Amino acid sequence: MSEKQEIIFQVKDLQTWFPITKGMFKKVVGHVKAIDGVSLEVYKGETLGIVGESGCGKSTLGKTMMMLERATGGSVMFNYGGEFKDITKFNSKEMFDFRQKVQMVFQDPYSALNPQKKIYTSFEEPLKVHGMKSESEREERMRQVLKMVNIQPDYLMRYPHEFSGGQRQRLCIARALEVMPEVLICDEPVSALDVSIQAQVLNLMKDIQKELNLTYLFIAHDLSVVQYMSDRIVVMYLGKIVEIADSHALYDEPLHPYTRALLSAIPVPDIHNTKKRQVLQGEVPSPIHKPTGCAFHNRCPNCMEICKTVDPAMVHHGAEGHQVACHLYGKDKT
Amino acid sequence: MDSKEIILDVKNLNTTFISDRKEVKIVKNVSFQLKRGHALAVVGESGCGKSVTMNSIMRFLGRNAVIKADSVQYNALHDGKVTEYHLEQIEKSHGPEMRALRGPEMSMVFQDPMSSLNPVYKVGDQVAEGLLQHNKGMTKQQAKEKVLEMFKKLGIPDPEERINSYPHQFSGGMKQRVVIAIAMICNPELIICDEPTTALDVTIQAQIMELLKEMQVQDGKSIILITHNMGLVAEMADEVCVMYMGRVVEFGSLADVFDSPSHPYTRALLRSVPVLGLADGQKLETIPGATPNPADLKGGCEFAGRCEECTGACRERDIPMFEISPGHRVRCLKFKECQEVQ
Repeated sequence: MSEKQEIIFQVKDLQTWFPITKGMFKKVVGHVKAIDGVSLEVYKGETLGIVGESGCGKSTLGKTMMMLERATGGSVMFNYGGEFKDITKFNSKEMFDFRQKVQMVFQDPYSALNPQKKIYTSFEEPLKVHGMKSESEREERMRQVLKMVNIQPDYLMRYPHEFSGGQRQRLCIARALEVMPEVLICDEPVSALDVSIQAQVLNLMKDIQKELNLTYLFIAHDLSVVQYMSDRIVVMYLGKIVEIADSHALYDEPLHPYTRALLSAIPVPDIHNTKKRQVLQGEVPSPIHKPTGCAFHNRCPNCMEICKTVDPAMVHHGAEGHQVACHLYGKDKT
Repeated sequence: MDSKEIILDVKNLNTTFISDRKEVKIVKNVSFQLKRGHALAVVGESGCGKSVTMNSIMRFLGRNAVIKADSVQYNALHDGKVTEYHLEQIEKSHGPEMRALRGPEMSMVFQDPMSSLNPVYKVGDQVAEGLLQHNKGMTKQQAKEKVLEMFKKLGIPDPEERINSYPHQFSGGMKQRVVIAIAMICNPELIICDEPTTALDVTIQAQIMELLKEMQVQDGKSIILITHNMGLVAEMADEVCVMYMGRVVEFGSLADVFDSPSHPYTRALLRSVPVLGLADGQKLETIPGATPNPADLKGGCEFAGRCEECTGACRERDIPMFEISPGHRVRCLKFKECQEVQ
């Protein structure tokens, strides 16, 4: 990502808080701060990977960028041919048009397809809704996307239970592609699949991206899968971004102590690997009662006094585009 | 090898599930040996029969499962004396003989810590239950002390308070520690872990694996680890058993299987896992097709339909095991010059 590229999504200080209510009158007694001040940019044609442990807000971030969850603060700007519009302020008509440009692939292919409907019916619906009137045209498009994901077009008349898990996930991808989106938000698309099938789906997604010049937002908990897919990676911890970097830079030179721990926690299928593993103690704190200062300070091996009180800001450090939120890197940069 | 060295010896284990219309063979002629104090990893994709194999040994299966085996021998070692148990001769899966073994001799850690604990009992009581069952005359106070000791050993913070908590008050990683505590409380020699960390995050997985390794190295426990994560295998196991569609397709030491994977399936499995630090443009290799349905398998090698090196002979008959080097066995006709073994 060296030369300046066109931005397609610009997220600024995004907040998604869920209220916790109590009592008969649903008095708000607190908030689950699922997304707490996230800023990032997505460039056209790239794959932006988002990783983190469960509960860090990565799925909520994906959903908020599609407005499946209401943002409680901040803005998400989407590029309409050079003009940026804030999707958090869209009315339902604008939202409808927006969702044709941004589509989502969900984690569980077993529950994402309606078991009572034939693939044909499930596939026809988005086309009908988005105004493709002629039936022959619709069928033509359906056959086209099925070919793209290597499923025989004759299978349109089958029911979802007749397909294996990998095929179903490919069907979900095909259905998302039907309306010609520019961005595909993939929320853990391969975590429900077996390893041999996982590789098939990942390679297919890469091929399709090249063919259609799509932008992917790839959300997953498995860092090795994300690294394989992505150009840039965002590491999240407790609703905040702790590090953004080029995927190779992140692997070669992780800056944030959490990223380093996450990398070393991944078991490597190589018996000659002698790297000493660094095991993090403790667990992710609750997003309701976040620790003061840096959210990671109580598990951090490099914790300093300042970390306990002051929340670190994002700073540029090292290579181009490498940003980190940690006090270890704050001082030498203004 | 004598029964002092071998803790579990399984010969020709077959498990068939019977539904009203047909019989489906899920586990076919599985044989393996586990050395005392070693860790054996059983790898394979979902549906390959790895969990059913272990559940057959522990006799956890329902009435529709028919288990047949030439021998399932468990050798207990107490104060230098070996007691042999022939599990295949025990008739009742819930009778007193089997119950006496589960807990003090062999025990199991299940995949999902969220559903393997009873939500309405305090965790301390759930851990103590096995202890009170197997030690007649032990008082609740003594049991509680043992539980406290175990919680401390497994690194559960403030054990005095935590034993009075309910499962929902624990996080996933802590719940899995409690499940391990239940399995460990009667001090068994053999621990079978069925995907112990699949439901957990990587940083928590690292903590749990550290714990299991410690039990194996320090306390000399024997561990069977069922997993599909090749990375965990490389870190934990001494021996590896690769299964595909109910058969062991490759068995060998960790070095055998990782340095010279010989069955086409093992090789494909190892190559299809994304690892960190792949170069740009380097593609993952894939295994074409999907796993077949075990109910309508034809004869011959189960992997033939997805194998690149498949020949006509592969589909003709069931493939025997060949020993290609001492202890390294492969079920593939490529090695038909080698000696045929069980």
